[in-house]
Amino acid sequence: MYEKNGEKYFVVDSHIHYWNAAPDNWVPGAEQYAKGWIECFHAYQSLGPKETHWPIGHFQKYSEDDLMKDVFEDGYVDVAVFQPTYLKEWYKEGFNTTERNALMGEKHPGKFIYNTRFDPRDGDEGLKTLRQNVERFGSKGIKLYTAEWNSGSRGWKLSDPAAYRYLEAAQEMGIKNIHVHKGPTIWPLDKDAFDVSDVDHAATDFPDLNFIVEHVGLPRIEDFCFMATQEPNVYAGLSVVIGGLMHARPKFFAKVMGELLFWVGEDKMTFGSDYAIWEPKWQIEGFVDWDYPGEEFSDYPRLTTAGKKKILGLNAAKLYGIEVPKECQLPAEAGTPAAQEDAQLVGGA
Amino acid sequence: MTAPLTAASRGSVPGEPSPGTDRLLEALATVRDPELDEPITALGFVSSCEVSADGDAQVRLRLPTYFCAPNFAFLMVADAYDTVAAMPGVRSTEVVLEDHFASDAINGGVAAHAGFARSFDGEAVGELHELRADFLRKAVMAGTDQVCRPLIAGGRTPAELTGLALGDVPPSPALTRLRQRRAELGLTAGDDAPLLIDPRTGARVSEDDMPLHLRRARTTRISLEANGSICRGMLQHRYDTPGQGERGEEDQ
Repeated sequence: MYEKNGEKYFVVDSHIHYWNAAPDNWVPGAEQYAKGWIECFHAYQSLGPKETHWPIGHFQKYSEDDLMKDVFEDGYVDVAVFQPTYLKEWYKEGFNTTERNALMGEKHPGKFIYNTRFDPRDGDEGLKTLRQNVERFGSKGIKLYTAEWNSGSRGWKLSDPAAYRYLEAAQEMGIKNIHVHKGPTIWPLDKDAFDVSDVDHAATDFPDLNFIVEHVGLPRIEDFCFMATQEPNVYAGLSVVIGGLMHARPKFFAKVMGELLFWVGEDKMTFGSDYAIWEPKWQIEGFVDWDYPGEEFSDYPRLTTAGKKKILGLNAAKLYGIEVPKECQLPAEAGTPAAQEDAQLVGGA
Repeated sequence: MTAPLTAASRGSVPGEPSPGTDRLLEALATVRDPELDEPITALGFVSSCEVSADGDAQVRLRLPTYFCAPNFAFLMVADAYDTVAAMPGVRSTEVVLEDHFASDAINGGVAAHAGFARSFDGEAVGELHELRADFLRKAVMAGTDQVCRPLIAGGRTPAELTGLALGDVPPSPALTRLRQRRAELGLTAGDDAPLLIDPRTGARVSEDDMPLHLRRARTTRISLEANGSICRGMLQHRYDTPGQGERGEEDQ
């Protein structure tokens, strides 16, 4: 919980990792990809405040104690959602698997939610593993990475028939939330890998599942916004938005927040630190203090304290059925959601 | 990219003097990142470029991450190759993309004029023309915001904008750029052409559709600029020396 000016914020960090990207986990022959991946993540960290930057060695492999301190002790987080990313073609034991996350999390009951994953190219075997994971870890959510390399294939789309088969099965197993993470490759490579129209199709065809598009579809924020505004079950995952822009590019952060509040609305935005890319502490403190920097943003929807409470935790608590202490709940009528009619369609300069 | 062999052969006219490195850099400034719609020079993507007295040109390119999307990377390397090879006085051209997971496929494919699908054998089914056109349409939308926002700030009502032609708008770099992008897409770009068109069909935007059109234009611009901003930050972390012709952002 975070408290500021008498206001209490229940914090659900809906996007964290516990990875091992150190050389001891690199697949022989794929070292350049394993190294390239973690260096790319490390470059993202450089967009946060200088005093929160880690040396690459620590960034490659941090300990359980580091995570508990950074996320819960210093970081105000009440409940954190593990989003696994496997990348087993590059990392021997996977980058951060459901098992690795759960092995650590089991020692800290009530603190973590274990999402699992699937890869539609894994056929019947993959479905069996998915079922085992859901049963074993009680997963209610799934993290999908469409750019994962798998036996010569460089990726997939949510609208693929095989993906639909998995989504149907996942739904039947009790999965509620699908977190989508787009990456630079798909099949075929000549299409735009970051295109979100496949999420649009899946969201329409699976109205009882929620689709949380991580890092709001970056680098296709515009396509994401135009899609999310039409789909009641599509959410904006703010990982990377706060971490990558709020400190390094405050003006763009304000513009992107304004766009998201306009098209998507505060009821469908969820905070995620993307730890260990960025520590949650500075993101939460900064976000609670945040307001538009100046007049030029006057035609965007405002973000109130109630709206910040929703984004930092209450929205994700709803998605995952997390009980919120009474003192952190909103009164029933509080926080009128941002809607398109609140904002002028065309603003000034 | 469309005709690399022709482009390459245009370059070497016997007796033509070497263009020199400054002109080479100027030529590279016409090559854009198709996703961000900015020159590769300004973005800091040209790590080095030189041309010898005999006209042998060497260009090295770099990107913000090891995993930047390979299709856009291919377009930039191919466009840089074609642009340099077409310069009078250039006898041979080498363009190398450094530090990228697909460097070998891209560099080899561009040098061999293989096209994208052959360079990524089995991983791609077609060339990148449609991808490029999609991003030119985004550039037209972003450019529409750049041109219209000052007009509205200057007192034009949104309704008035629907009646305006490109020739009615005071000249500005943003307007020139918008016209160029529209022309590249084969859309109307002359003085009489409507200011607001649907970049997919070329049809004039009606007064009813105009508010949403302008709203989308603004979002597209913000998305492109925010991406460019993140890319610059990542590149600075990755390389501690500025690129040839690198320029900072205007808005931050």
